[in-house]
Amino acid sequence: MNLLEIKNLHATVDGNEILKGINLTIGPGEVHSIMGPNGSGKSTLAQVLSRRESYEVTAGKVLFNGKDLLAMKPEEAACEGVFMAFQYPVEIPGISNAYFLRSAVNAVRKYRGLDELDAMDFLPVFRERLKLLEMDEKMMNRSINEGFSGGEKKRNEILQMAMLEPKLAILDETDSGLDIDALRIVAQGVNALRSPERSMLVITHYQRLLNYVVPDFVHVLVDGRIVRSGGPELSLELEEKGYGWIESEAVSA
Amino acid sequence: MAVELAQLESYLESFTRFTQQRSTQAPQWLRNLRENAFARFCKTGFPTTREEDWRFTNLAALARTPFQLALKDAVIVTQQQAANWQIENVAARLVFINGHFAPGLSTVSEQAGNLRAEFSNEHSLVAHHLGRYLNTERDPFCALNTAFAEDGAYIHIRRGSVVDTPIHLLFISTASEVPLMTHPRNLVLVEDQAQVSIVEEYVSLGEETPAFSNAVTELVAGGDSNVTHMLIVREHAQTFNFSTLRTEQARGANVSSHSLLLGGGLVRNNVHPVLAGEGGECLINGLFIGSGHQHLDNYMLVEHAKPHCASRQFYNGILDEQSHGVFHGRIIVHKDAQKTDAKQTNRNLLLCDDAQIDTKPQLEIYADDVKCTHGATIGQMEENAIFYLQSRGIAEAEARRLLLQAFAGECLDRIQNGPVRAYTQAAVEARLFALAEAPHTRSTTSTRNQNWEEVG
Repeated sequence: MNLLEIKNLHATVDGNEILKGINLTIGPGEVHSIMGPNGSGKSTLAQVLSRRESYEVTAGKVLFNGKDLLAMKPEEAACEGVFMAFQYPVEIPGISNAYFLRSAVNAVRKYRGLDELDAMDFLPVFRERLKLLEMDEKMMNRSINEGFSGGEKKRNEILQMAMLEPKLAILDETDSGLDIDALRIVAQGVNALRSPERSMLVITHYQRLLNYVVPDFVHVLVDGRIVRSGGPELSLELEEKGYGWIESEAVSA
Repeated sequence: MAVELAQLESYLESFTRFTQQRSTQAPQWLRNLRENAFARFCKTGFPTTREEDWRFTNLAALARTPFQLALKDAVIVTQQQAANWQIENVAARLVFINGHFAPGLSTVSEQAGNLRAEFSNEHSLVAHHLGRYLNTERDPFCALNTAFAEDGAYIHIRRGSVVDTPIHLLFISTASEVPLMTHPRNLVLVEDQAQVSIVEEYVSLGEETPAFSNAVTELVAGGDSNVTHMLIVREHAQTFNFSTLRTEQARGANVSSHSLLLGGGLVRNNVHPVLAGEGGECLINGLFIGSGHQHLDNYMLVEHAKPHCASRQFYNGILDEQSHGVFHGRIIVHKDAQKTDAKQTNRNLLLCDDAQIDTKPQLEIYADDVKCTHGATIGQMEENAIFYLQSRGIAEAEARRLLLQAFAGECLDRIQNGPVRAYTQAAVEARLFALAEAPHTRSTTSTRNQNWEEVG
């Protein structure tokens, strides 16, 4: 069975139609990349899939693991195994990263009928994942993302993903604003989490991240529709020629 | 000002009965104090919203309700009922039922007992201190309290003595067929270098019937003493709860006053410290959480009378439904109070469009070498933050609760770690749990994300 099936998805934000009929199927363990110019609807797709309420779906359907994803609340989607690494992670003063992560892990475990982890069970896994992302445990006693640099925030996203072990990880422009060292650490974290049971949807404007996280499929999104799909070579072509040719092709088609 | 006679009639009746029946055994100084205070109250009556200090709080409902004094021993409260509000490990626990001391439910100590017991003791310090710090001219509620002052807590901590567990004052109001009023009066004397922590708590028991609690605490903090005072108001929604904390701080005294307004219908909390000796420090820390039609009014008057004193005010408000909060923070720096360092911060979270906050800083500075800052913010719960937590599997109500708790936590973190903090934390968590669970349709949506308004 396919992990994710998106059929003819239309979505609006504040009355403007952004997604105009997306069709996409992702199998277990596959890594798909969605590329596209600014304003093409990449982030909207990520937000819809993670069930943000302010994005209204006007047509189409999305099956996740055979279940109707669009009927789920954000927390249900998360518990079912959808994870989105935010383009702009939120700072939340007053709640520590460590407390938040344990609450999240336990919320997901509870949903799946597993026992909640106490601090003793949680800590070894947590420390191992921190090491993977080259993060200091001291940071985890600080409030969520508060005072974190751009790179630290993105690493924190991947850390959360590593702890929650989703079936589908959506990376929304995770590479934006990262210097090369931070990019390498983030990519290393992502690659360590690749497995035959975990699919990924890597949303990016540039091909840079795809040098490290090599996708199985690349799709180009223009004006709310996927206008071309191909293998990893498509991203290189886009890097070389830009989006102009594909946009004009999409318009004339 | 014209005083509505009809409003005062029931108070006059009560006072006449009070002086005839209960006041006769009182010492002369106390009878004089009461009579002068009542005369003062009659002159002004209840304040109106035309007065600056009462601009945001309408007292019409209070003024038109005829309240009566509760009879002693009219109701029985069991140990078990009183155990609902229990701090583990206390130095003393004084329980008052509708204003009357309940010895059977209390554990007194050498340092803490009831005030009334002191009236017959002619060597007591009470005669010297009671009413000495309170301004009954300025505030009719203080006058009214003094007129009916009959009982409350008397705490006396001797020089250098350190009380390492808290003293718990528990004021229980019970259901009644007629609206009852109580005027608890507490006197706290902390001598030089002594240390103590006091919790003054107002709760109600039984059916929700109108009640009026009008408490006054005079707190005298000696040189280099260290005092923590915690007020907790969690009566039901039909009550009028007024309280005044007047502290007098001597040289080097360090007083922390925490206020936690969680319940009550119409609540007014006055905190009035006077830094009367050099090098004193005071912290005024508060959290008010309103829902339904609650009206929670916080009135602060911080007086810097001597040089080199520091005062810090931090108040956080969380308001839901049609509740209304008020923060009125007044700082007076007198001419002599050079090198004053005064800071005031009020942060508010409005959970829906109908909730309302009035916040008003007021600085009066007569010295020329001082540092005074103030600021207030009003905002909504961040939908971005809620979504972020939800996207990690945390249910919406839980996400709201976590965010509210984080906001409230700013205030709780200022309470010294120990039994008082644990006790208040549990009270706040229970209140926030109910608030986060309540199924409201929130009209504040994603369009209003980071919408903090700087007021001052």
